[in-house]
Amino acid sequence: MKLTTLLTSAAMALGLATAGVAADKTKVGFVYVGPVGDGGWTYEHDQGRKAVVAEFGDQVETVFVENVAEGPDSERVMTQMALEGADLIFTTSFGYMDPTINVAKKFPNVKFEHATGYKRSDNVSTYSARFYEGRAVQGTIAGHMTKSNVIGYIGSFPIPEVIRGINSAYIHAKKVNPDVEFKIVWAFTWFDPAKEADAAKVLIEQGADVILQHTDSTAPQAAAKAAGDVITFGQASDMSEYAPFPRVSSIIDDWAPYYIARTQAVIDGTWSSKDTWDGIGAGMVGIGEISDAVPADVKAEALALKEKLASGEYHSFTGPLNKQDGTPWLADGETADDGTLAGMTFYVEGLEGDIPQ
Amino acid sequence: MIRLEKRPQPSQAWSLATPLVAVLATMIAGGLLFAALGKPPIEAIRTIFWEPLFGEFSFYYRPQLLIKGAPLVLIAIGLSLGFKAGIWNIGAEGQYIMGALTGAGVGLAFYPIEGWYVFPLMILAGAFGGWLWAMIPAILKTRFGTNEILVSLMLVYVAEQLLASMSLGLLKNPEGYGFPGSRNLQQYESAHNAELIANSGLHLGVVAAFIAVIFAYVLLNRHMLGFHIRLTGEAPRAARFAGVNPTRLILFCLGTSGALAGLAGLFEVSGPAGQVSIDFNVGYGFTAIIVAFLGRLHPVGILLAGGLMALTYIGGDIAQSNLGLPSSAIQVFQGMLLFFLLAFDLLTNFRIRLGAPETA
Repeated sequence: MKLTTLLTSAAMALGLATAGVAADKTKVGFVYVGPVGDGGWTYEHDQGRKAVVAEFGDQVETVFVENVAEGPDSERVMTQMALEGADLIFTTSFGYMDPTINVAKKFPNVKFEHATGYKRSDNVSTYSARFYEGRAVQGTIAGHMTKSNVIGYIGSFPIPEVIRGINSAYIHAKKVNPDVEFKIVWAFTWFDPAKEADAAKVLIEQGADVILQHTDSTAPQAAAKAAGDVITFGQASDMSEYAPFPRVSSIIDDWAPYYIARTQAVIDGTWSSKDTWDGIGAGMVGIGEISDAVPADVKAEALALKEKLASGEYHSFTGPLNKQDGTPWLADGETADDGTLAGMTFYVEGLEGDIPQ
Repeated sequence: MIRLEKRPQPSQAWSLATPLVAVLATMIAGGLLFAALGKPPIEAIRTIFWEPLFGEFSFYYRPQLLIKGAPLVLIAIGLSLGFKAGIWNIGAEGQYIMGALTGAGVGLAFYPIEGWYVFPLMILAGAFGGWLWAMIPAILKTRFGTNEILVSLMLVYVAEQLLASMSLGLLKNPEGYGFPGSRNLQQYESAHNAELIANSGLHLGVVAAFIAVIFAYVLLNRHMLGFHIRLTGEAPRAARFAGVNPTRLILFCLGTSGALAGLAGLFEVSGPAGQVSIDFNVGYGFTAIIVAFLGRLHPVGILLAGGLMALTYIGGDIAQSNLGLPSSAIQVFQGMLLFFLLAFDLLTNFRIRLGAPETA
């Protein structure tokens, strides 16, 4: 790809010019895939942005654009932010990966942070959260709470991120309740209240009395509430408006500590490209309050598991574990390596059904 | 008392003035909306309409107007032919997806062979994919009399499912660590719809859009088929007496609009977007319907309307970033454009009279 072009030179000249003027104020841009009011994924990223504003006050200026489609639109929005003098840009959706790399090439002095991707360069870092640790806690609660022994799971897309979550939840539900069975419905969306509600209703009709979701709206919570005897967990955001019942706990994405740390690094001039994959321990994954609908002993067990995950004493994927087809995966006491986890495209033994292709 | 009176003849002046009046009214109503949100209205309107064209960074935004406008114009031109004849293809979004899938599929099948013939084959495949998808409502309509509006619209959702399936399965990048999405065609030279001049925004899709405008103009004004299309829309009975074959016309209009939408998808997936992904389609097929009507179903009008829509998208994103306007406000603003257009359109056929109706 040709770099020495009109655009690049103009942009760089401009970048140099603005760097001198605006050196005292660090400009941080955020590109969001959904609306800030989605109550889930984008909402939590925007909470992270607000935390940056609260932390640094007048030292920083933040800008954001919401509902940015993946592809050329995102590339334009990132370029626009870089042209307008952003020093650091967070691109918060997997589909922004190639656009982020493209724009980063044109603006070597701007730092980019891409969420959930795997492509990095000198000025592009990646970051993601070990949500599967939260799924282990959810699985434990779910396994204890189900009376029908059928747990419903609303998957978004059959990608490693989601498959990890299903496996982790299943392993830990099975551990406390050997009779447990998972029913998985793929919604093929991250955020679509109508489809999510339909998926929840289908699962409830099939006998599920616990619903886990990897989609971002509160529609499954509403469906569970209407059913009356089904429990759910908040996803991405606390969804506490459905607490204490049907929502009994949640996985919360907490990007604030990371966003503050990275902004600080840019201010200090110590920013460098790296890959971050943090879990409960680093505070990137939060477990929302376990409500009183959960018996005290189950709550205590879940919290103990959370502590062990946080301290690193226990890994969510600890052998002996077999793959779905019965082939051995992890030996007794062995833990999964990050490479396998990052590209996970198989179910563990006991889960039924095929991963859609 | 205010009442409407039907004009004996549609007003030529109003027909031309309506889009301009609609844009002005949108600016005023939009400005009021922005003011109600506590944002500076003049500044917001200026950011949306002026910044991309003449602002500080217009050297970057102007090419982006071509990139954003080209698929809209290409699709809208195809749709306008059918709309003129009263054949309603609402499913261009699906045909756009199918064109991208078949076109990218052909390109990916050749990977990593480099050859001059790869891209032309992709273009053919892209047009064919869109055409084929449009043939479903066309044949169902001509054979069984089904409603093409419903069939074409519902096929959009089928195409979306197929897109997700392809991104996760057949076309998935084998080196993508299991993540969804195909290889990036921007990194495969033979299949890359690159800019013809670096940073001009001018890729083959833009060229195709201009060619489509010229062809549509010639077709509608100089060709018998164009006359038949107009006649069918304006006077269906007269058209039948004039020997217009409705079956042929339906197949032609739906087929052409499908092929053009498919081409738009192919040029997008092999150029600006680069890869087949689950969220590849961003609504060009639906926005093109607005563009077609905003352009009065006239090829030159569509060209201008496509530019205007692209401007509001790009300016809208700038306004979000610089002024903190919520994206939903921008969407309302774009919606107003169609609303006012349709509202003022009334004045083409009616005139407003004040006072009591004259008694006969």
